[in-house]
Amino acid sequence: MAHTETHSHDYLNHQKGLWSWLTTIDHKRIGIMYLIVILFFFLIGGIFALLIRMELFSAGPTLGIDPGTYNRLMTFHGAIMVFMVIVPGIPSIFGNFLIPIMLGAKDVAFPRLNLFSWYVFMLGAIIAFASLLFGGADTGWTFYTPYSIRQPNGVIFLVLGAFTMGMASILTGLNFIVTVHKLRAPGQTMSRIPLFVWSTYATAIIQVLATPVLGITLLLLVAEKTLGVGIFDPTIGGDPVLFQHFFWFYSHPAVYIMVLPAMGIISELIATYSRKTVFGYTAIAYSSLAIGAVSFIVWGHHMFVSGQSEFAGIMFSVITMLVGVPTAIKLFNWIATMYMGSIKLDAPMLFAIGFMFLFTIGGLTGVWLATLGMDVHFHDTYFVVAHFHYVMVGGTLMAFTGGLFYWFPKMFGRVCNDGTARISWVLIFTGFNVTFFPQFILGAMGMPRRYFDYLPQYESLNQISTVGSWLIGAGFLVALFAVIHGLLRGEKASNNPWGGTTLEWLATSPPHHENFEKTPIVSVGPYEYR
Amino acid sequence: MNTASKESHFHHAHHFESAAHQYSSAKQGVWLFMVTEILMFGGLFVAYLIYKSLYAPVFHVGSSYLDVKMGTINTFILITSSFTMALGIYFNQKNERSKAIIFLAITILCALGFMLVKFFEYSHKIHLGLVPGKYFNNPEFVQKVVDFATNMQATSSAHQDIDIAALKKIAPLYFGFYFVMTGLHGFHVIIGACLILWVTIKTAKGHFGPEYYTPVEGVGLFWHIVDLIWIYLFPLLYLVG
Amino acid sequence: MYSWLNINLANTFMPVEGTDLAGSVDNLYIFLLISSLISFIILIGGMTAFIVKYKRRSANDKTAYITHNNLLEFLWSFIPFVIMMVIFYWGLIVYNEYRTPPDDAEEIHVTGRQWVWRFAYKNGYAFSTKPANDAMVNVPLGRPIKLIMTSGDVLHSFYIPGFRNKQDVVPGRYTYLWFKATKVGQFQVFCTEYCGLEHSNMPAKINVMPAAEYDAWFKAYVPEASAGGLADRGKELFNERGCTACHSVNGTRIVGPTMKGLAGAKREFADGSSGIADDAYLRESILNSGAKIVKDYPAAMPIFKGQIEEEDVTALIDYIKSLK
Repeated sequence: MAHTETHSHDYLNHQKGLWSWLTTIDHKRIGIMYLIVILFFFLIGGIFALLIRMELFSAGPTLGIDPGTYNRLMTFHGAIMVFMVIVPGIPSIFGNFLIPIMLGAKDVAFPRLNLFSWYVFMLGAIIAFASLLFGGADTGWTFYTPYSIRQPNGVIFLVLGAFTMGMASILTGLNFIVTVHKLRAPGQTMSRIPLFVWSTYATAIIQVLATPVLGITLLLLVAEKTLGVGIFDPTIGGDPVLFQHFFWFYSHPAVYIMVLPAMGIISELIATYSRKTVFGYTAIAYSSLAIGAVSFIVWGHHMFVSGQSEFAGIMFSVITMLVGVPTAIKLFNWIATMYMGSIKLDAPMLFAIGFMFLFTIGGLTGVWLATLGMDVHFHDTYFVVAHFHYVMVGGTLMAFTGGLFYWFPKMFGRVCNDGTARISWVLIFTGFNVTFFPQFILGAMGMPRRYFDYLPQYESLNQISTVGSWLIGAGFLVALFAVIHGLLRGEKASNNPWGGTTLEWLATSPPHHENFEKTPIVSVGPYEYR
Repeated sequence: MNTASKESHFHHAHHFESAAHQYSSAKQGVWLFMVTEILMFGGLFVAYLIYKSLYAPVFHVGSSYLDVKMGTINTFILITSSFTMALGIYFNQKNERSKAIIFLAITILCALGFMLVKFFEYSHKIHLGLVPGKYFNNPEFVQKVVDFATNMQATSSAHQDIDIAALKKIAPLYFGFYFVMTGLHGFHVIIGACLILWVTIKTAKGHFGPEYYTPVEGVGLFWHIVDLIWIYLFPLLYLVG
Repeated sequence: MYSWLNINLANTFMPVEGTDLAGSVDNLYIFLLISSLISFIILIGGMTAFIVKYKRRSANDKTAYITHNNLLEFLWSFIPFVIMMVIFYWGLIVYNEYRTPPDDAEEIHVTGRQWVWRFAYKNGYAFSTKPANDAMVNVPLGRPIKLIMTSGDVLHSFYIPGFRNKQDVVPGRYTYLWFKATKVGQFQVFCTEYCGLEHSNMPAKINVMPAAEYDAWFKAYVPEASAGGLADRGKELFNERGCTACHSVNGTRIVGPTMKGLAGAKREFADGSSGIADDAYLRESILNSGAKIVKDYPAAMPIFKGQIEEEDVTALIDYIKSLK
């Protein structure tokens, strides 16, 4: 039988069958596998969020949710979103798919390790969910001691699940560092790689350096629960605040693992949809490294009222202010890129603009929380909840969705309906603000977080917030619809539907099994719009 | 690094330009992984040092309950094994397969010897009730800590604020640290032994030669780091007191 | 003009200020709000203006090739840095006030437990916030008060929104919080460090009274002489250890079963078995509540094994037995 297709050898049809996927070492297929499972985990975490907001719709129990269930929903929503969606999301999906192609390489440095990482990640997720068979966990995703020591064994499973997923994160980070160091195309110096690669590279360094400390912290927590070692438990002489220091030593850098790759996506989107070279490429590249470095010495800003010394508080506050500077630099450079550009508001660009709007608010309120005299009032209130959702959802998830629509044609060879994607943006952007802006006000009014119930004066803002959550849910469902419709019925995509200049747009849509027929040779920077 | 000889079955992976390219990348990967291991143990060391500075009498008396002889034997075993591991790599590089297998096998035996000594140490402590937390059962140890602290208080004006009651409560923590730190290390010794067995089998099957010995070297690096961690553990736990 | 802005804006969202420190915090808050608003308008306004002005006109638009501008880079690094240092310093000044209680501050001891606060005054007056739901923490107007706090079990946090003040309450150590109330009235207190099932239900109220009224109340209080019996000791413990958070002594159901009529009664358990609430059962339920859960009640009681002395267990059992 004669073949008439010209692209019969793209990575999607290179081999067929489920087994070929489960044993693949193709970074593109592994990225897709991460996409499928992470979207599924996002759905579960999202449903839990909707249930939480439903319960908070009115004072007193709502929908028959009792406090024990609510506290488990709150814990799992946090743990799923942090460990199964936002930390792995952009690196494991877009990093895996794109980094080799953006570097003109055939694969990541360690393809088999890449597949192994996916299995380790899945194992961790299964262990975490297994917690539900043993009573679940209601400690919050932060597992503060001594409460987490006293609670039943479901906690151990969630903790070990997080540990295992941390291992996958380390291996992915390690893979990316060596890939960026060793597999760049001829002529592609570090000052010619795309900014998405720079930011994922900085993220990988944080993953490798910070996650091991989470690992030992979680292991010590398990030892404390099973053996009663006495390191965190005050009844046998341990220090519960020491747990917080260990925990946040990882978890603060972790939030930059969550947001740096998103910022990398924004750099790509702004360049392409302004059809203009990025302003301040070097500054943006180095700012990622600076953020990564400084992120390791600010963890105590989560602990200003924990009982840590005033001196520690002062040091952590002033250094946290420092980390705001490289973050702000990125925003200024992006806007300067748009200056005198040629701007098209396709859906991915709407998501980039949404990111800038929402991340600015999230970032500015972060400065409020870093301010010692202000944090005493706002710590552990809904103000903090609003702040981190603005940066995690308004920031990272916006960038994620924008990236998904942007690279969809490259990954699947089809185009999503731009109109549908834009509708999802309107719903998500509006819904997000309706959900979370009132929470800043609730925090100012003194409503504590992780509260199953609240006093009547907080009810109307809570109701507005809940309605907003329905809009967000609808928005993501529309986005999912756009994706599925695009997969099934989308028009075939050209190699470069958006006019991008980075190397992935030279490859076919979808790419050849080995990415390029011939390895490209790079002689200019990544954003040469001239 | 030569290109593949006509007898070897080695071909570098398709995404690397050459065998040398693959080799240097693999080494970088293994080093990065070792950094994560060092950081993980580092967290334990930090916790240990914090509690040691807070509750010095507990740690002083605790370390006197450890068997320095057995610790020294284990240190000697591990250092020897690092040497035999290096020889295992060396003879693989020289394509002297049988010598490589001998030295790799000796390395595994050293690892097993280490674990055997560990077994004796652990079972002795378990027998005496010197175990972590809720299973601890050795009042004599607690009394020794109290005596030491009381003595410190009596003889030194700098130590007037020692809280004897807190020391009594926290005394078992010493063995919590002992078992977690040496246990995690021992777990890595076992993993190391399995990895060395794996490369020994591959050596026997003729997979390695001058043009390709990356896995042996990678495992060797892992083994050296395991040794290095012990070199820190041993004085910290057994000797400083 | 600033204080006008402060009062009007702050009180739209913030609770009524109960101390001068709260006023200082609100000033800082307004400064942060205004400077953030200005930054936001400049940034996002600029971005919006560019989106409108530089809309793509044709498929073949050419754009300016501007790679960088070092002066601009320096300026927009340095200026935000300076602004953030100002913010840090202002925050430091306010924080310093939070953490320097006057030497003559009157001390009240606070113990947080799941899920009840207990307050103990120097004159011997002590009370728990449950079941006495209307008991309040009396404090004098215009005089500094220092709360010395610890936890009896897990982390809690003592938060007074009206005073803009909070501090975590940690088991195994003492933390403190101080304030000087400048307004008569009642001020809400919340627990604000997640502590389990009833975390959102352990409130308290600070009752600021005119100083003279407070002094009169303080002097008038004479502690009850304890009868000294075991059951009396048990009753003290029942209140001190926070049992009142979940168990009534008058027959009502709170979170757990009432203690009234419990001793000697038959009990049905969640696993279908049943038993008599004898001394052994009472002892087991105090030390290891998870062993037997009464049917239709939640498994919410903390484990007290290792956290309570034997003689206290005996006293509690004696007290429970006295509740017929």
